[in-house]
Amino acid sequence: MALAAVLLIIPIVVLLWVPHYARVEPELLGFPFFFWYQFLWVFICSALTWTAYKLTLSARGLTSHKVGEDR
Amino acid sequence: MTPQVTVLAADTDGINGVALSVLIALFALVTIAGFMATRFKRADSLESLEEWGLGGRKFGTWITWFLLGGDLYTAYTFVAVPAAMFATGAVAGFFAVPYTIVLYPIIFIFMARLWSVSHRHGYVTTADFVRGRYDDRGLSLAVAVTGFVATMPYIALQLVGIQAVLEVAGLGGGDNIVAKDAPLFIAFALLAAYTYSSGLRAPAVIAFVKDILIYLVIIVAIVYLPGQVGGWEAIFGAAEDKMAATNEATGGPTGSFIPGAGQGWAYATLALGSALALFMYPHSITASLSSNSRNTIRRNAAILPAYSFVLGLLALLGWVAIAAGTQPIGLDGEPNAQLVIPQLFEDMFPAWFAGVAFAAIAIGALVPAAIMSIAAANTFSRNIYKEWLKKDATPAQEAKVSKLMSLLVKAFALIFVLTLDKQNAINFQLLGGIWMLQTFPVIVFSLFTRWFHRYGLLVGWAVGMVYGTVGAYNVKNPVTGKAFGGSLDNIPGIGEMGYIAMTAFVINVVVATVLTVALRAANVSNGRDETIPFDYFADADDPRVQKDLAEHAHHEDPYGDPDDVPGNAPAR
Repeated sequence: MALAAVLLIIPIVVLLWVPHYARVEPELLGFPFFFWYQFLWVFICSALTWTAYKLTLSARGLTSHKVGEDR
Repeated sequence: MTPQVTVLAADTDGINGVALSVLIALFALVTIAGFMATRFKRADSLESLEEWGLGGRKFGTWITWFLLGGDLYTAYTFVAVPAAMFATGAVAGFFAVPYTIVLYPIIFIFMARLWSVSHRHGYVTTADFVRGRYDDRGLSLAVAVTGFVATMPYIALQLVGIQAVLEVAGLGGGDNIVAKDAPLFIAFALLAAYTYSSGLRAPAVIAFVKDILIYLVIIVAIVYLPGQVGGWEAIFGAAEDKMAATNEATGGPTGSFIPGAGQGWAYATLALGSALALFMYPHSITASLSSNSRNTIRRNAAILPAYSFVLGLLALLGWVAIAAGTQPIGLDGEPNAQLVIPQLFEDMFPAWFAGVAFAAIAIGALVPAAIMSIAAANTFSRNIYKEWLKKDATPAQEAKVSKLMSLLVKAFALIFVLTLDKQNAINFQLLGGIWMLQTFPVIVFSLFTRWFHRYGLLVGWAVGMVYGTVGAYNVKNPVTGKAFGGSLDNIPGIGEMGYIAMTAFVINVVVATVLTVALRAANVSNGRDETIPFDYFADADDPRVQKDLAEHAHHEDPYGDPDDVPGNAPAR
């Protein structure tokens, strides 16, 4: 579960730290870095969220239902 | 900048017959689909909020994907985001991309808990949850009223989206007041009729058509248009030139090509603040709670970013329009950036395809408008009508009030748009985002802990609302000098420009925390909690959930824990 939480927090931290990607170079297919980098993160974030989902599923399967414990 | 484009752009007067015919045909198609939707995942009766207002809570992964996509990425988004890119550049427009990326990890974290507790207790709105969590009518009312009031201008803005399309198609102009607004009136009357009869099933069905059209139109545009205007290098070059040019009214640059030094905070706080606020809106909650399992929500958090990608492409179409030299001039002869996307399609594509694009935007307005009016109506009937006006209302009466309210809400939106300046709707929408974020602590913090005190949360909410409203009022438009000129202001203590809603949110949380410490020290009661820890991770396949749903379908039990001791509710 801790790993899932980390996977979810990564994109939030990266995208809110704007100065590291607010620049033009290197360009890709005519797109300034600022733009293609954020498009790239759409896919990375999706993959991380899917992984986190699979992790929560397996965590749910391994433990028995206990009141007071979230999965 | 190519000459033939300018020639095409001049041809904007009069009615575009082919485009209009395509638009009307597609519109007729979704209207029929809307009325037929009562048969979709058919229920014995639609006379309860569970069925009319939440589609029976049985939408699977793909229906939820279309429904949420259709709900969150509204016609106004499609009109306003490229318009902002076109007019003032990346900070005002492209923040929509990080906004809709960070959105999904955030909802992954809390929405499954909200889904589970809502399923266990039959909650339809977030105010229902707050009522159950603290047994506090005041706090619940604060959440309900905030959601209701913030949703109204949002519905009005969907009309602005339809208006933009009709205006470019050549309808809606002229001095004759009946001819001017009749198309909009008819569109909304039809929408109101099938929402009334089919409930949430109507937008669920129409969302399929809407999203397929949107994907088709944007992908075609993004593949075809850049070649017509000289490629992406030329597009970004034209945008950079325009944004660096001096704005005559303000003396500063027109806008931002990419966020420069000192604009990082603005970009980040706009993205984060908007992401935190979006799923506080009643219409987002309604679409989420209509899904059939908590995992449906989590799977959707992973696949909904597909829409964010398309939204990013759409934002860049605002810059394609700069390179194409699009002149968004309204029928009144005034420049209006909101018309830029419909105008770009009319200039650059054959009339029939422009018609498809217009239909995509117009139908794109119907889905969110339907869900928003259902969500606002549910909030009213659940948290105002049943809670304050008629405590013994039956589920059938609740549904009746909701259906009538959905009509009233739409009528109000129509009057709002037809009688007041459009700018009012935009101002209220800006305020709505600020307001919704102030309910975040009450709703989301309470999903994880009852440490926060209900009165602390209430006062924090109130302080955040006042700060945000006053802050937004004090932002003057640099050209006209009018209030509500934008959503950015100096962040106290940091000295950078940032989203007012985030500043208000931080103040809100600090006030709530300080008061909580004081109130807990003074041993003031924090209300009764009718939920137990198990409620927050129950899933649909759980027999106890099934049993609860059956019980709560009839609302014979009042809300609240029967024995007054929080946290000890037996497994029912």
